[in-house]
Amino acid sequence: MAKKQHPISDIEHPSYLDMDLLRFTTAGSVDDGKSTLIGRLLYDSKSIFEDQYEAVKATSKKRGDEYVNLALLTDGLRAEREQGITIDVAYRYFATPKRKFIIADTPGHIQYTRNMVTGASTANAALILIDARKGVVEQTKRHSYIASLLRIQHIIICINKMDLVEYKEDVFKNIKKEYEEFASQINITNAHFIPISALSGDNVVTASKNMKWFKGRTVLALLESLSLPEINNTDAARFPVQYVIRPIGNEHHDYRSYAGRIASGVFAKGDDVTILPSGITSKIKSIDFGGNKLQQAFAPMSVAFTLEDNIDASRGNMIVKSDNNSTVTHDIDLMICWLGDIKLMEHSRKFILKHTTNEVRCIIKEVRYKLNINTLQKIENEKVIGINDIACIAIRTTMPVVIDKYSNNRITGSVILIDESSNVTVGAGMIL
Amino acid sequence: MNQHHLSHLKELESESIFVLREVAAQFEKPVLLFSGGKDSIVCFHLARKAFAPAKVPFPLLHIDTGHNFEETIIYRDNLVTKYGAQLIVASVQDSIDTGRVTEEKGFNASRNVLQTVTLLDTIESYKFDALIGGARRDEEKARAKERFFSHRDEFGQWDPKNQRPELWNLFNGRRNIGEHFRVFPISNWTEMDVWQYILQEKIEIPSLYFTHQRECFIRDKVIYAHANVIPLKPNEKVETMQVRFRTIGDISCTGAVLSSAATIEEIVEEVAATRTTERGSRIDDKRSDAAMEDRKKQGYF
Repeated sequence: MAKKQHPISDIEHPSYLDMDLLRFTTAGSVDDGKSTLIGRLLYDSKSIFEDQYEAVKATSKKRGDEYVNLALLTDGLRAEREQGITIDVAYRYFATPKRKFIIADTPGHIQYTRNMVTGASTANAALILIDARKGVVEQTKRHSYIASLLRIQHIIICINKMDLVEYKEDVFKNIKKEYEEFASQINITNAHFIPISALSGDNVVTASKNMKWFKGRTVLALLESLSLPEINNTDAARFPVQYVIRPIGNEHHDYRSYAGRIASGVFAKGDDVTILPSGITSKIKSIDFGGNKLQQAFAPMSVAFTLEDNIDASRGNMIVKSDNNSTVTHDIDLMICWLGDIKLMEHSRKFILKHTTNEVRCIIKEVRYKLNINTLQKIENEKVIGINDIACIAIRTTMPVVIDKYSNNRITGSVILIDESSNVTVGAGMIL
Repeated sequence: MNQHHLSHLKELESESIFVLREVAAQFEKPVLLFSGGKDSIVCFHLARKAFAPAKVPFPLLHIDTGHNFEETIIYRDNLVTKYGAQLIVASVQDSIDTGRVTEEKGFNASRNVLQTVTLLDTIESYKFDALIGGARRDEEKARAKERFFSHRDEFGQWDPKNQRPELWNLFNGRRNIGEHFRVFPISNWTEMDVWQYILQEKIEIPSLYFTHQRECFIRDKVIYAHANVIPLKPNEKVETMQVRFRTIGDISCTGAVLSSAATIEEIVEEVAATRTTERGSRIDDKRSDAAMEDRKKQGYF
């Protein structure tokens, strides 16, 4: 049964102002029950309020649903409710006494794959649903590949609708085996597998009475125990300059600080730093935040640095610790998820490349290959990339950019491409 | 153990400050929508931290329905004086007087919907290109679909089925002339986070949020403040009640809750134990299942 206590009502808990934060995304094909699973997580963890539940109950009844349709909790748009599908990423929030969670619930429809990429880009964990009756399908592979490509730390495979296969262990084991065979080709080696029924709540928040053969954790227990990315002093420290703070007035006459959010690593007062791409060096004079001075700051804190020397640095520059520089280049190789309606072709048009706080124009030098997500084959003679395709491309920028590999740094290794004519975001790229 | 660890509140704060600085960097003429409610108060506090020791580099905009709680206006004016902020007030009454909108009639009349016209007219006359708002995704199901940087066409309309994908922390604020963005720095905060943050940062808030005695009446299970702008039906009785407000909006569409919470700590406890959403007492959301989506498409907050 569900926990009786409201999760955040444990107010005496001394650390309630100091919980940690896990962001996860959900993926699966249409009708795999993603929204139902999230509805179930929220409902069973007592994160659904009575008026929300009553509203959903009333709507379910009005539509003639046989049971209270928990998916209605997340399907917020009129069109979604009418069609019973999820169109856009919906963000949901819940907390247990241990942790606060942000869920990006993403649609399974193939034409909305771009939303899966969106949800995955900021996630620490991915919940991928598989219908126990259908096993691994094309969308499972696509979503797993995207999760792997976007370097999501934890992959949780929820084999759902176990109630429809009589909760049989064999079904679970076969799908697990099938998935592992595929996953080994895309560098997913440590996926977690949980047999669930989102509809009836088996192994979501409470252990299933119908699947005593399963000894692992429930979905919620696993989410509470997953490790968060560690920030170490030895990490390459990166600080994209976002904004220059220069107060106008007599009080702070010569004050000038470089504001930004630390992308990775740790910076301390007195550190030797290099400003890229210029290569000018200086020292951190102070780390300022909201009127206070800090001795050190680490990712992902938003702070402002003052430097010992009066130098020229501005938005789009990167401040790095001098012992570990980024690459400064015009030429970038990318794995790109294409999100736009327009086609991507060699030398066809210019795009705006947005990378950290920097914007430059670029051209597509070469489409090296397109990827067949089902077979993971590289198709080298296909030079036209369309929406939802994943491809390896080479680009050249008009101005030098300061980059890291995505495999080393999710912030300084990621880019988006924007179509100059429509201003629409058309590509999500990971630097190779 | 992880040596460097940010609490959830610090991480949310850092994310919001990043968004606010992006607005200052990417837009020519941003403005912060300020209602005097706790969410816009938190946004202003975050903006002060984001640009310290400089002043907040954009003005505040209050869409004044004329149906305010007096306490909100007192709070607003004190805050503007204390921090030297620039305040623009756009009045729904002016929109009514100039014939831009027509006042709703009947017992449940509200100026909530009318605000949209006043807001869009103000955006056009000041040529604002980014409106920062305190909306949160946990508030309401249509808001759960919002981006941090939410594009609006030249008519101020939202197209929820065709939103720009928002990846990593790369916010695309590129726009054509006449278009603008709504930006929601505290998208990822919950009501609980907001209260915990107010507690942690010791932020001053309007007295309406704390328990007080007030003349109220009950209509459709909602506790309303007795005020001139809401005419009583014959069977409705005014009584003195011990209440506070969970959200602050227009007086005609904001319900009170019975509460004895007199401090922020007590409010945090009450929020933790409560079983209804804060917008449960917002009459404006109850007009239909998709009331918020429909209003947002037209250009509402």
